[in-house]
Amino acid sequence: MIAEIGHFALILALVFACSGVIVSHLGAMANNEAIMQRTVGFSFAQFIMALASFAALMYSYIISDFSVLNVAANSHSLKPLLYKISGTWGNHEGSMLFWVLILTLFGAAVAFGKSLPLRFKARVLGVQSLLILGFLLFILLTSNPFERLLPAALEGNGLNPLLQDPGLAFHPPMLYMGYVGLSVAFSFSIAALIEGEITPMWARWVRPWTLVAWTFLTGGIALGSWWAYYELGWGGWWFWDPAENASFMPWLAATALLHSAIVVEKRDALKSWTILLAIVAFSLSLLGTFLIRSGVMTSVHAFAVDPERGIFILGFLAFVIGGAFSLYAWRAPKLAPSGLFGLVSRESALILNNILLSTFTAVVLIGTLYPLFYEASTGSQISVGPPFFEFGTRLLMTPLIVALGMAPILAWKRGRLSKAFQITIPAAIVALAVFVLTIWSDINGLIMTGLGLGLASWLVVAIFLDLAQKTQLFKTPSRAFKRLWNLPRATFGMHFAHFGLAIILFGITISEAWTSEKLAFMAPGQSEQVGPFTYQFDSVMPFAGPNYTGIRAQFTVIKDGVTIATLLPEDRVYTDPVTNTTEAGIYPLPSGDLYAVIGESGSGGRWSVRLYFKPFISGLWLGAGLMMIGGILSLSDRRLRLGAPAGKKQSAPKIQKPAKAEV
Amino acid sequence: MQKGLKTRKSQRFVILVGALASLSVAIFLVLFALGGDSLSLFLQPSSVKEKQALGELKANQKFRLGGLVESGSFTRLEDGLTYTFKITDCASTINVSYKGILPDLFREGQGVVTEGALTADNIFIAETVLAKHDENYAPPGTIPVNAEACSHPATEAYSS
Repeated sequence: MIAEIGHFALILALVFACSGVIVSHLGAMANNEAIMQRTVGFSFAQFIMALASFAALMYSYIISDFSVLNVAANSHSLKPLLYKISGTWGNHEGSMLFWVLILTLFGAAVAFGKSLPLRFKARVLGVQSLLILGFLLFILLTSNPFERLLPAALEGNGLNPLLQDPGLAFHPPMLYMGYVGLSVAFSFSIAALIEGEITPMWARWVRPWTLVAWTFLTGGIALGSWWAYYELGWGGWWFWDPAENASFMPWLAATALLHSAIVVEKRDALKSWTILLAIVAFSLSLLGTFLIRSGVMTSVHAFAVDPERGIFILGFLAFVIGGAFSLYAWRAPKLAPSGLFGLVSRESALILNNILLSTFTAVVLIGTLYPLFYEASTGSQISVGPPFFEFGTRLLMTPLIVALGMAPILAWKRGRLSKAFQITIPAAIVALAVFVLTIWSDINGLIMTGLGLGLASWLVVAIFLDLAQKTQLFKTPSRAFKRLWNLPRATFGMHFAHFGLAIILFGITISEAWTSEKLAFMAPGQSEQVGPFTYQFDSVMPFAGPNYTGIRAQFTVIKDGVTIATLLPEDRVYTDPVTNTTEAGIYPLPSGDLYAVIGESGSGGRWSVRLYFKPFISGLWLGAGLMMIGGILSLSDRRLRLGAPAGKKQSAPKIQKPAKAEV
Repeated sequence: MQKGLKTRKSQRFVILVGALASLSVAIFLVLFALGGDSLSLFLQPSSVKEKQALGELKANQKFRLGGLVESGSFTRLEDGLTYTFKITDCASTINVSYKGILPDLFREGQGVVTEGALTADNIFIAETVLAKHDENYAPPGTIPVNAEACSHPATEAYSS
């Protein structure tokens, strides 16, 4: 019964989405306020129906209703409650429903906002409804989560144990919030193209949505990579796998969009480029979905494959992307021309950022799709490995980070490079010193290590110098703190995010260069030396969890005669389906992670084990966390605060003159 | 017009030139990089043999080898860390040697993708071994070319 209600709610949502599409555009064309006002109601209705439908599915999972095919195929009565709930979105049908839920949630949030002019809001909601309509059709026609199973199964098939993990329970929702959040920027862009007008206000409306999407996307990618790090047991955290690239490309595009939207807002320039970026960013989200769901890519992540779904998504992709680009080609030239700025200016620096990030996106895209084209043209399969992507990353991130150090110092409209140089000289000296010292110390004196550390130090010192200059720390130190306090939150947000990037760079470089690794075949009682640490193998014990049994090994890690940590790596055997998973034993020290994996037992009571010391690898997740904090800080900036009363500011004309202190 | 501000046309021109320069440098380098080590062929045993016969596969050239782990071929050497097994596409087989910890889903009769190179005496030294992630899903490169001749229970083992 509940499943039928869910199904019915989904069909109602489809009806409301249809109505939303038609009514909004009719209303806007007729310029009839009463009709346009209806759109708001339709958006709420879509959200409520999607919510009801999703709740129905989640309920079926929680009570383990195995007469629903989707639940029987992906759940199990003995699964812990958390994974019953996360199982709702841990499969193809459920995750598409979740996708729709978030689409409608964002639609309803836009509808709820009071700051948008009605006509524009109607257009945005009309486009959003169209996207919702497409996904609802996809679910109802090819992947209905409420399909019944007759007769009902007695027991479910179980969820892939690799996915039964707290990190992965929340990785998909965050990622989807990010992917789908970009749909709002897309809808705003299409609406602006239809209306044929882009104002700085437009950028101010779009930016918070992009920031929300970006923050979630950052979190989702970081969680996924953290999961791979501790669950897959290879000590790796990024494999340039198509599924990873599929999330990384929208992130890069969203990052570029965040920066270019600033230029639109502050300087009324780069308008058509920003619109294009918003379209591209969402298109990449869709493309990622297509690549993963259709099974055209060889990916270790892939879901069950169904060609029919692939064709539907491809059709939808062609419609959305093709339609958006056609509209863009038709309308973009009619947009009012952009503001002027000098070759050396904040605008130019942000353009450089955009050029490099877009090029990077293109490089990742080429690397991801190249095997497809190669197979289509030659018939043989190839894979594009990490060296290609790493090469591209180094090539494009190096100039990006160098420019990043100086960009915040440049003035809008017309900056002076000499002044920026003057201010950043200390940073350059520090960076150079770090570079030379790394090469000279020759511990692992690769040029790349030196380059990575040099760039990261450059960024950290440059951020400090920019803050010092903005607060006049060196001129009037006594008032610096008060000035710091008065800086706009967006400035803090920017510096937090950039600092996060530096920390990530430190994490990558240090862990790549100085990881100690040992593969051993040892019995309890023996010990192994890994870097400065002694890993003492104490014991292996059997144990049982709620829906698995397994063995748990105990390692004591000793340094200079002092016990510093106990690691408990596990090897679990899940029932239903019978599958092994490894759980690495990890203990994070400030200097790095102690990491142990237990393999198989062999002759003489010995076990194969893999032991690591990974210095400063936590920097990766710490840095991602800082980026997210940056995003949230920026979001809380007064200018962007959602639903903030317009107050006395008669906003529109004033924005043309940006306040100097703000970013 | 203020000093230092260019006309709209020249501004657009500068941006365009910058973008094109960056893109073309990137594309050039990408093509350059795609030609090297970063590109690895994805082969099944039969096509390895074919390539060898044609002399297209150099010794120690890295590639990915996919197929099924032949039933009954799996052994563990004395050191406890080295494993040998055969990868088959049901038409021909290749001996593989791997030192390390095998992935959780590694099983005889299951699809597997390995990355490494062939030695002079035709043993494939694998550096990484990837087993499939999900029981519903077989990586395309591991579906045997000669599936009808397969006696390997590629799916039976897990279906409940």
